[in-house]
Amino acid sequence: MMTNSHAGGRHCARRLRHSLLCGLLLLCAAWATTASAAVSEPQARALLQALDTRSFEAKGEAAQAIADSQASQKTRWLQALLDGRLGKERRGEQFYIVTDDSGREWPLIDAITFAEAGSGSRRTVDIFKINNDLRTQLQGMIASLSLAEGDERSRLAAADRLIGDVNADNVESVRASREREESATVRDRLDIALALYRVQQGDATALKTLKGNLDTRVRNTLTTVAAGDGELASQAQQVLDGIESKRAWYDRAQTLFFGLSAGSILVLAAIGLAITFGVMGVINMAHGELIMLGAYTTWLIQQALPGQPGLALVLAIPGGFLVAGAFGVLIERTVIRFLKGRPLETLLATFGLSLILQQLVRTLFSPLNRRVASPEWLQGAWQINDALSLTLNRLGVLGFCLLVFAALWALMRYTRLGLEVRAVTQNRAMARAMGVRAARVDMLTFGLGAGVAGLAGVALSQLTNVGPNLGQGYIVDSFLVVVFGGVGNLWGTLVAGMSLGVINQVLQPWVGAVLAKIIVLVGVILFIQKRPQGIFAPKGRVS
Amino acid sequence: MSHATLEPRRDRSRQAFLSRATLITSALLVVGMALVLVLHALPATHPLHVSSATVALLGKYFTYMLLALAVDLIWGYLGILSLGHGAFFALGGYAMGLYLNAQGTALPGWQGLLASFPLAALAVVLAPGILALAFGWLAFRSRVTGVYFSIITQALTFALMLAFNRNEMGMGGSTGLTRFSELLGFRLASDGMTVALFLASGIAVLLAFWLCRAIVVSRLGRVAVATRDAEARVRFLGYRVEHVKLSLFVVSAMLAGIAGALYVPQVGIINPSTFAPLFSIEVVVWVALGGRATLFGALLGALVVNYLKTVLTGAMPDAWLFLLGGLFVVVTMALPRGIAGVLAWRHRQEGAT
Repeated sequence: MMTNSHAGGRHCARRLRHSLLCGLLLLCAAWATTASAAVSEPQARALLQALDTRSFEAKGEAAQAIADSQASQKTRWLQALLDGRLGKERRGEQFYIVTDDSGREWPLIDAITFAEAGSGSRRTVDIFKINNDLRTQLQGMIASLSLAEGDERSRLAAADRLIGDVNADNVESVRASREREESATVRDRLDIALALYRVQQGDATALKTLKGNLDTRVRNTLTTVAAGDGELASQAQQVLDGIESKRAWYDRAQTLFFGLSAGSILVLAAIGLAITFGVMGVINMAHGELIMLGAYTTWLIQQALPGQPGLALVLAIPGGFLVAGAFGVLIERTVIRFLKGRPLETLLATFGLSLILQQLVRTLFSPLNRRVASPEWLQGAWQINDALSLTLNRLGVLGFCLLVFAALWALMRYTRLGLEVRAVTQNRAMARAMGVRAARVDMLTFGLGAGVAGLAGVALSQLTNVGPNLGQGYIVDSFLVVVFGGVGNLWGTLVAGMSLGVINQVLQPWVGAVLAKIIVLVGVILFIQKRPQGIFAPKGRVS
Repeated sequence: MSHATLEPRRDRSRQAFLSRATLITSALLVVGMALVLVLHALPATHPLHVSSATVALLGKYFTYMLLALAVDLIWGYLGILSLGHGAFFALGGYAMGLYLNAQGTALPGWQGLLASFPLAALAVVLAPGILALAFGWLAFRSRVTGVYFSIITQALTFALMLAFNRNEMGMGGSTGLTRFSELLGFRLASDGMTVALFLASGIAVLLAFWLCRAIVVSRLGRVAVATRDAEARVRFLGYRVEHVKLSLFVVSAMLAGIAGALYVPQVGIINPSTFAPLFSIEVVVWVALGGRATLFGALLGALVVNYLKTVLTGAMPDAWLFLLGGLFVVVTMALPRGIAGVLAWRHRQEGAT
């Protein structure tokens, strides 16, 4: 809670700063247009008039003239020309920019003063037409123009656009901007753009700059260069190989990340089971439905707080825990308590409960899947470089999983309840003789395991849609994870879940998703046959 | 399950009840079949006429009863709870489905072999049998028991469901095998075929019932029950427990396969949903309701639950899962020995007074 409100505060501050900055920029822009029109109106008119020609070649020269001129409006003109929004009055001498060409009547502004100039249409305004060559040329001009002005962010974006787009026309101006540029990141980007141009021109020394660059455009250009022959081609091939192997490493990192995030879901689903099944020895087939209840709690809280998915999600964490935990305690009190020491019967009874819970949700809400919105801070991805990007929701689930695990481990290790749970597990009669209320411990432990299942549901709601069958798919996997990791061992569950997730992801590109899952299932079945105690067998004698 | 603690007199009376139960069950099965045939032969306008659809439905129930018998054989008398018996049922069904599909059209590769009925019939028992042999050998050899065994059988059927859902398997993907036309040269959609399949299923149930009964009262059956009650003790007495388990498990899987093979032509479709863990575990509740460790209980349970299912899914579809779930809870908590347990208890009460 605290960390979140803190983050929210920071967010607000950033937004405030942003709007201040915007205001300042607007002021500057207004000042620029009124006070320092660096060319007089007739000069501007002449520059635009040159565009009014049928020849695209002449148009290109006119555009270049605009780009080289001192006119303060030149970027806007070129952009409008590129967008097909710059035009001339059909029966007159005015130049206009169309601000919105979606309708039949276009709102216009004067191209020289940027003052509003009523409206026009296809019949009254002749739009200057461009072709593909001219378009490329214009893009290059605009990019090098925005390199010369604007803040660092727009300069960086312009430099980025230039990679692969440097040509004989704009190379000089790009070089000039490279010399003027003060920001190191923008300079690096321009260096790459220039080096790519030089390589295309046959300069092998420029290859050094491109070493290990992950940009797809660099890769594509180098592939074409390497396809030729001669010294340059073989050197380009070398650089390309380096790039490919670097990409391969990042791909592996990406696979690892996907595997860990898939594994973290498995761990979240299984960790509650590791407590109820692993520690208490109770088979709870309704575990998947407790996960589903957690997910539905998230959905319900979100319905109650429309427009605030972030707050709803934060509230759903205790909410899901409490709802699922309450159901868990109810199940323990009414059913499981009476079936102690009869694992197969417990299995069947809890399976019946799972059917009832599923049908209950289906009747109360609907059999349809519900979408749970993600808050802003869990959307999008963290783009580390061109080859590696981590989606934030998966990253969030991974972090949440580790957090839940740490909390649970600390609870079992350091609290009174954890001590009592371990005591009851090891020797029930002796624990009772020492004054531990075993029945109460059973109830609380089961409630805890169920609550953690609820937390898993909250996390799952951020990755998939929420439906009555949500939990069903996890029950087989969860049991396998617990058994694979070694019953009664929280660490084993963590390692087992993560490794199953990673193995699954590694297999997937070779054999496809379904077969990968089958292979993992069969592998675990065989592993259990070989080593029934799981990866981490309990040490010593456990009674 | 402490059957061993029963007093000798009660034990003897129970034995008598069971053998009498065998006779009664066999008689009921035969009379039931005959009655249905007679009522079916009545003209369609007669109020007691049993329609073709009902005969097909009853035939389907017979295949379920056979499956329940298979589960009861290992759960009731061996104490191993398989949550994956639907897999063996489905494998038998797929073998039959391939045979039916091969009529008229040539199937590619090894599937073409199943066009001949004897080979297909062999596949119906061998496919589940070999799977059970391999799986059981691995599991019993490393002494995977109790809940662990249940969970890995569930994982097995789950894995098979995923596999059969793939189109690359050549088993029709998620649609499964359907649009069958003829069986042994006769049209499948005819009334005579419906009756014949009904009879075949009923006779199969009767034969399987006698087979299971013979196994249960044999030496093998006694060692099996002993294994269920005290596995370590039986092992120390020198019996190879894993051999006992393996042989019964394989027989049970083969019975399930036959049930599946009889099921497919009567229902007209087999798809991967038969592999779903839910179906397998539903079978367990049939047995639990009817009465585990009594063969007629398994038959009774399958009949009662499936009849309820047919009625309820038609009348109140929402209520069915509530009822099924409730059955699991109530039977395990209040009726641990099912309907058969209630009957036996009443019988003893009568015998005592």
